[in-house]
Amino acid sequence: MNALAVVASDALLPARNQMALSLGWHIILACFGMTFPAMIFVVHRRGLRGDDDALELAKRWSKVAALLFAVGAVSGTILSLEMGLLWPGLMERFGDVVGLAFALEGISFFIEAIFIGMYVYGWGRLPGHLHSLTLLPVIAAGILGSFLVISVNAWMNAPTGFRIVNGEVVDIDPAAAILNDAVWLQYLHMYLAAVMVVGFVVAGVYALLLLRGQTGRIYRLGLIVPLAFACVATPLQPLVGHFAGQRIADDQPIKLAAIEGLVESEERASLEVGGLFIDGELRGSVEVPIPGLLSFLAQNDFDAPVVGLDAVPPDERPPVGIVHLAYTMMVGIGLSLVALVGWVAVQWLQARRRGETWTAGRRLLKAVVVAGPAAVVAMETGWITTEVGRQPWIVHGVLRTEDAVTDAPYIWVTLTTLIVVYAALSFAIVAVLASMSRRWAAGERELVVPYGPPEPLDTQNLQSRMTDLPS
Amino acid sequence: MTLVDAVAISMFAGITLYAIFGGADFGSGVWDLTAGNAEKGGPLRRLIDHAIGPVWEANHVWLIFVLVFLWTGFPTAFAAMMRALGLPFWLAGLGIVLRGAGFAFRKFTRSLRWARVAGIVFAVSSLITPFFLGTIAGAVASGRVPVDERTGLWEPWLNPTSLLGGILAVLTATFLAGVFLAAKADQLQATDLADVVARRSLGVGLVVGAVAVLGIVPLAVDAETIFSGLTTAGAPLQVLSAVAGTTTLLALRNRRLRQARIAAVVAVGSVVVGWGVGQYPWALVDELSLDDAAASSPVLWGLTLATGLAALLVVPSLTALYVLADREPESA
Repeated sequence: MNALAVVASDALLPARNQMALSLGWHIILACFGMTFPAMIFVVHRRGLRGDDDALELAKRWSKVAALLFAVGAVSGTILSLEMGLLWPGLMERFGDVVGLAFALEGISFFIEAIFIGMYVYGWGRLPGHLHSLTLLPVIAAGILGSFLVISVNAWMNAPTGFRIVNGEVVDIDPAAAILNDAVWLQYLHMYLAAVMVVGFVVAGVYALLLLRGQTGRIYRLGLIVPLAFACVATPLQPLVGHFAGQRIADDQPIKLAAIEGLVESEERASLEVGGLFIDGELRGSVEVPIPGLLSFLAQNDFDAPVVGLDAVPPDERPPVGIVHLAYTMMVGIGLSLVALVGWVAVQWLQARRRGETWTAGRRLLKAVVVAGPAAVVAMETGWITTEVGRQPWIVHGVLRTEDAVTDAPYIWVTLTTLIVVYAALSFAIVAVLASMSRRWAAGERELVVPYGPPEPLDTQNLQSRMTDLPS
Repeated sequence: MTLVDAVAISMFAGITLYAIFGGADFGSGVWDLTAGNAEKGGPLRRLIDHAIGPVWEANHVWLIFVLVFLWTGFPTAFAAMMRALGLPFWLAGLGIVLRGAGFAFRKFTRSLRWARVAGIVFAVSSLITPFFLGTIAGAVASGRVPVDERTGLWEPWLNPTSLLGGILAVLTATFLAGVFLAAKADQLQATDLADVVARRSLGVGLVVGAVAVLGIVPLAVDAETIFSGLTTAGAPLQVLSAVAGTTTLLALRNRRLRQARIAAVVAVGSVVVGWGVGQYPWALVDELSLDDAAASSPVLWGLTLATGLAALLVVPSLTALYVLADREPESA
């Protein structure tokens, strides 16, 4: 048993890193799956009402979506393999508890893949109105599927729907596991994050193109539609985040202590902002001069006690430094994005009062370019906060990560391989999208793109050239 | 039929569909690999792009479906497989990633050199995934996946039955893809191309038949449990497969390519279903029965519900996609 434990801990570090890389990479593509179809739908419907620029934009975006979805399908398949290959101890004990969510998610992913295929191949094959409607199942399946995946993660934070009797998992209630306490706010938080990521990233791309001298109306449309989505989601996010944080205060008080860098439990706890958690204490932070603010934020009561790290033995505490830093970054970026939305709103209102159409100035465009990657970083640091903050547990309070990990000796090798492959894939995706953008700007209309419809097959040509093929 | 059986059947239906649609998809990579140099192979490669472009993504969701059913319905069997067969699973996964990427980027790259690199990645990785999935099937079928014991890294999947499984998986995938591609070329009225592919598929089909017959020897020695299952309860399906296989070959020879397509699906499908029947009632042959591996009944009911939803929602929309993909655009 002792030997087993040593081997297991060898795989723990690379396995956690590999899972972080796989999830962190896939989640960006998943954001596009969740929210991009809705944006495409908006411009496609506009195009059907006679706006040719919007129709062309929908066509271009459908090709982008096809590429991102296909790569996302592949990285999603890798994740489902990794659930078992990296965490057999989790799947063995709880695979059946969380499995229904995955099974239903599999069906919604199927629907998503099928209808996105119909949409991408529907240009010229389906009548316009019906064609645009094939996006609706994609949108619905994206919402449902991501809800189910988030429900599994929320279940790991607030496990329910089973009992443990003599070490055996019994009385499994799959529906209760899906509809656990943490899922609603966590899902809302993630959905808004996805809208922000896709909204700012796509708007940022078009802002960059406008800054580089593109002038067509199609580019302004490409800026405004995703930016409008992001502007709706961004101001709501801090509010949802606040309530999600209150759930954490109830479900996982130690995670909250790590987030705040609170070492000792205290009543009337004050809120410390920023700083780094080094050598067991928070350094360089700024205390907000409202006594009991943290208590109020966590419990709606300025005098309420807030649990500190000292409430549990050291081996049940997460790595506080990472959690606190990641959380600080997420909140800092999130609030900056709210300020950016405020800026957009003020400008828009001013233009409206003057009776003009709003056009973004260069400084605002530059800010939107930065907002794209910033939103991605905010989402990733949010995931780091919740995932690292749950450690050492893989299922909070029930199963330790070190007891769930594989004992395979080669996880460093698979991790290294994945780093190389995903780096190459990331490069290829960006290069392909940039090349598509250049060719569109140069006036090409019928691009051949990865996963898009092929060029019409010239069968005459096929014929003549096949004749000299030796059999 | 018990609830456990129902869930096992759903899962095996997923495996069968993946073997057929995913298999044809992977097999087309083998055709790509052997199509010849850039100029001679051009028409065939364009045909492959044309045929699998719209559907390959949906084809691969079957694998996710099977994995999810396995870990939800039979979690102990799933965990045991992941522990004993980690390496082939990783290699199959690597093949899936590289293949998707290679296929996508080959079509897009504009220089021949990079198209060639991407094409080679696509084609070689098309071999990797079915081969290693085949070795996994062989490992389960020959009783080499224990539940509570440690295994070595290699021996569970480097053995006669696994190798037979891997080789047969690659060959049947190639065969299926050939038949599908020939039928597609015929539909596009590229008769010469259809002719060439049909002729070669006939050759591949004969090899598949020969390997399947010769494979009886290692199976009888190395995997007694499944061998007796295949020769008793599974026997009718083996006969059906042989008949359908022969029909496919005859249809190929007579260039009745639509018939060949149907017969090939029946031939491959009945081999896979035959494996399931031959293995019943084991989840992991000789190690773990389906009943012992199965999750509790609320979970199994949930999966049955999911199967119903899949039949209700996925099957009609998938059919619509295949129909749409088969249709040529109006603007062309």
